[in-house]
Amino acid sequence: MQLQQMYQEIILDHYKNPHGRGLRDPFDAESFQVNPTCGDEVTLRVKLDGEIVSDVSYDGQGCSISQASTSVLTDLVVGRPVGEAFKKMDAFVELMQSRGQIEPDEDVLEDGIAFAGVSKYPARVKCALLGWMAFKDAVARSQGAA
Amino acid sequence: MTTTAAPLDVTALRADFPILSRTVRDGKRLVYLDSGATSQRPTQVLDAERAFLERHNAAVHRGAHQLAEEATDEYEGARQRIADFVGADFGELVFTKNATEGFNLVAYAMGNAATSGPEAARFVVGPGDEIVVTEMEHHANLVPWQQLAARTGATLKWFKLTPDGRLDLSDVDSVITPRTKVVAFTHQSNVTGVINPVDVLVAAARKVGALTVLDACQSVPHSPVNFRKLGVDFASFSGHKMLGPSGIGVLYGRRELLEALPPFITGGSMIELVKMEGSTFAPPPARFEAGSPMTSQAVGLGAAVDYLSVVGIERINAHEHDLTVAALEGLSSVKGVRLIGPSDAVNRGGAVPFEIEGVHPHDAGQVLDSLGIAVRVGHHCAWPLHRCLNAQSSVRATFYLYNTLDEVDALVDGVREAQKFFGVA
Ligand SMILES: Cc1ncc(COP(=O)(O)O)c(C=O)c1O
Repeated sequence: MQLQQMYQEIILDHYKNPHGRGLRDPFDAESFQVNPTCGDEVTLRVKLDGEIVSDVSYDGQGCSISQASTSVLTDLVVGRPVGEAFKKMDAFVELMQSRGQIEPDEDVLEDGIAFAGVSKYPARVKCALLGWMAFKDAVARSQGAA
Repeated sequence: MTTTAAPLDVTALRADFPILSRTVRDGKRLVYLDSGATSQRPTQVLDAERAFLERHNAAVHRGAHQLAEEATDEYEGARQRIADFVGADFGELVFTKNATEGFNLVAYAMGNAATSGPEAARFVVGPGDEIVVTEMEHHANLVPWQQLAARTGATLKWFKLTPDGRLDLSDVDSVITPRTKVVAFTHQSNVTGVINPVDVLVAAARKVGALTVLDACQSVPHSPVNFRKLGVDFASFSGHKMLGPSGIGVLYGRRELLEALPPFITGGSMIELVKMEGSTFAPPPARFEAGSPMTSQAVGLGAAVDYLSVVGIERINAHEHDLTVAALEGLSSVKGVRLIGPSDAVNRGGAVPFEIEGVHPHDAGQVLDSLGIAVRVGHHCAWPLHRCLNAQSSVRATFYLYNTLDEVDALVDGVREAQKFFGVA
């Protein structure tokens, strides 16, 4: 059934037990992003320790896809240098824009590979990218402020 | 001969809509419950568009050749039939791109009134004046008024909603006051289907000399509407929600008002006399139809109105009422479903929005889609309404003449399926 292709177990697990959820202090910058078509929103905070992303915390209202992808995001970027985190982001964005045409690299995207099925549903790609857009914006803000 | 009292023969009707026989998502039968967003078109409409293009296509009002004559006759003939359908005179209907453009036309023309002649004085708004809307509005009948207020220094006020999603009219006189210049409100909510008491609002507006602008997008396609009888000053609706083409909408304006209203978009076809120093403008409706207009779309909308008239708008309305009652009943029998807006079908059209506890609307929509059921998810261009009713977003089913009780059952089953899939049942 198509539905299971989209809602992989990994996605549902992250949705039901999100990693890193909740807004925490201290943080360097915060970004609020909203998907204007459905009203889903996320507020995401970033704490940088030099080049290292030392914490990402977030809160929001949204569908399983947006919540799970933000949870996966925290796994992928926390503890890593900004440059590496952005590489993962680029790989995730590329996957989401692939319409199911590319084979994701598990070494790079870990649980993020579960979203390959979502990329076949153009209307849901924005959901999967909501948290990532907030992350990109928050890092830019914290670096701009530094 | 069927009489208007006889129920619809939906099976026969459905054969007129080719799209309804297609399948989606790996062979699922299409259950189309999103006519509130856009309706499907019968072959009669598709054929009318094609026949126009194959036989009569030419620029209207621009040329003396035979095709130009025929095209103009078709275009203006459609206007006449649409006017008859909504209780208006020929000269009171302006073709627009969609309903949204109609609201913008009125709002921008009012904004232009301050720099127009004395006949436009009644449209001028400025600091100290008030523009009244409601919390129920589609963004199309809200944002243009916010913008007019911002441009002119006028104040925006609004009617609030009761907890079940109806207009709170407990204190009309504190909202509509002698400072009010315009009252813009929807006839029927695109989210909850709530039908507003036009007479109460028109009476209050008239008492203070304010103009009324009615959003008729969800009423004209589904119920008998007569603008003259309603007594509104302006009204706007879209062709694509009433079995007609996209790319065409209709703005109604009382003749006397359209004659005094300055133009919004200017250019060819809307002028009377053009000199290098300045120009004068054609009488309505031409004054508001600058540039080459849509043509096959107007003809298609004329055919849509013919189709609705033959089927009978009262019968369509009664049929949708039955579907709405069944949907409200079916959905409220599912544990964990919260209906948004009124829980009954009194003064309400065929729109049923709801939430499922533990299943985000987007996810619910995805499960329904996998079953072939097309619904709308999100805030449906009515964000303030959702905030009022404590919903971040919702799932919305909307009905039209071609929907069946079977499809309502499919929806209710689909909701249970979504609960099962997300483990909340
Ligand atoms: C109540 C209502 N008003 C206005 C609109 C705007 O119509 P359109 O998008 O065709 O301009 C819609 C539909 O989207 C609607 O349902």
